Amino acid sequence: MKYDIRQLRLLSNEAIAKGIYDMRLAYGENEIPVQCGQFAHVYVPGKSLRRPISVCDARDGVLRLVYQVKGEGTKIMSQMKQGEQVDVLVPLGNGFCVDKEKKYALIGGGIGVPPMLYTAAQCKEPLAITGFRSRELVILQEDFAQAGAEAVLVTDDGSAGKKGFVTDVLRERIAEVDEVCACGPTSMLEAVARVCAEFGKPCQISLEERMACGIGACLVCAVKVRKNGEEIMQHVCKNGPVFNAEEVVFHG
Amino acid sequence: MADLSVKVAGVSFANPLIAASGTFGFGREYGEFYPLSKLGGISCKGITLKRRDGNPPPRIAETPSGILNAVGLQNPGVDVFIREDLPWLKQQNTVVIANIAGNTVEDYCAMAEKLSETDVDMIELNISCPNVKSGGVQFGTSCESVGQITKEVRAHCRKPLIVKLSPNVTDIASIAQAAEAGGADAISMINTLTGMKIDIRTRRPIIRNNTGGLSGAAVFPVAVRMVWQVSNAVSIPIIGMGGITTWEDAVEMMIAGATALQIGTVLFSDPYAPVKIAEGINQFLNDNHIASVTELTGTVIPW
Repeated sequence: MKYDIRQLRLLSNEAIAKGIYDMRLAYGENEIPVQCGQFAHVYVPGKSLRRPISVCDARDGVLRLVYQVKGEGTKIMSQMKQGEQVDVLVPLGNGFCVDKEKKYALIGGGIGVPPMLYTAAQCKEPLAITGFRSRELVILQEDFAQAGAEAVLVTDDGSAGKKGFVTDVLRERIAEVDEVCACGPTSMLEAVARVCAEFGKPCQISLEERMACGIGACLVCAVKVRKNGEEIMQHVCKNGPVFNAEEVVFHG
Repeated sequence: MADLSVKVAGVSFANPLIAASGTFGFGREYGEFYPLSKLGGISCKGITLKRRDGNPPPRIAETPSGILNAVGLQNPGVDVFIREDLPWLKQQNTVVIANIAGNTVEDYCAMAEKLSETDVDMIELNISCPNVKSGGVQFGTSCESVGQITKEVRAHCRKPLIVKLSPNVTDIASIAQAAEAGGADAISMINTLTGMKIDIRTRRPIIRNNTGGLSGAAVFPVAVRMVWQVSNAVSIPIIGMGGITTWEDAVEMMIAGATALQIGTVLFSDPYAPVKIAEGINQFLNDNHIASVTELTGTVIPW
């Protein structure tokens, strides 16, 4: 059986920025069979749907999920306490394909930043460019440095790091890298994809869509992609969340 | 161990629990959680004559005790289903029900012809999909059209024929009677209730289709009421569905009049739900010294 639901013991669940929480769960084994960019589907008592949260880190037997409180489900998650058992379906989806021999730019925007941390831990001295709206939303900067990444911070309003967008930095530094991986708002992903296309760099992007089953059965989290010249519907949960940026039909 | 087996239109199910169409794909994904033989059957994702890409996303919204969906019948088409999915499904040792949907009566008839040549076990006529522009529920909301499409498909269908009813009607009992008169071997009910959810900040509906079909625990009492009404109006068996979440719900639905059950939305929070429900029913039967689950069907004692 490929899928398994586990009851994971909650180690900690703390706010690390405004409305953003860092949940750490004991997996029960030191080696967590999860790739960077894959996600966990978290059961929320009383809700009809699980909450898909990308894996922020999975080293040393600790599954780390950094999430934003956006609605009722994530609010309930934020109230889960140390010692509770959390019902998690993990790992799901296809993550980032990274090669230790290559130099990566890892781009994260807002709550799209967390999966780039575990990705950074799989790469050799990557360039991690993370962007946030403003200072109170900045997360994980020290973690990126500890993971061996060069962390470049930008904010929309300049209240932390450089003022500007992740694509401004990417443009300046893209000549140094072989490939780009990104996660964040769709508008950011589209802009990153455009820069990569302009400079001829391969680009993988992690998409988000409202999701139900998480395994490719219910077909709700549709995304339009172009394969062999034909536009078809694929699904974020099963075919993604990471897609080749060239194949994604934005505004599809 | 109580006897959980049931028979619907001459087809034997190991237990009354069938995965509901649209929530279970063609079974492969959930087959990675448990052997599909643990289910009485699978009602496959609705298929159409030609491939359909479905609606643009978002296709889902969560609502109190339920969800709204508007997938729009995304599927690879009947020929791909027959060629690529059915052979695999038939090896899973569970009843395979093909759910068919169309734009025209001719579409339904053509699919019934094709599927009658295969070893699919049953055909479920989906005349209740609320999320497509033409076809779907437009066939399912008047007695005349239900009677007519059932009769026409019946003439092309050499498999047991289930007609799946929409709850978005004024008198579901008379609709069910029309399906029975048209030659249906069984009724499945209920499909989703049409609903809507609006983001108050953007004033946009969450679902791109604006409206969607409501399912989940929120609709369960409506489904029980309708199954009870229909069971009093027809003599063919009913496959009851609509928000069944626990084994207690399953027992209640059978007491209301269902011979078998479909399980859908609960899968999204608990993929093992049908297996747990089967175990729960078995325990209930044992505790109450009931030899067979069939003894529950239609035993409600109304006031």
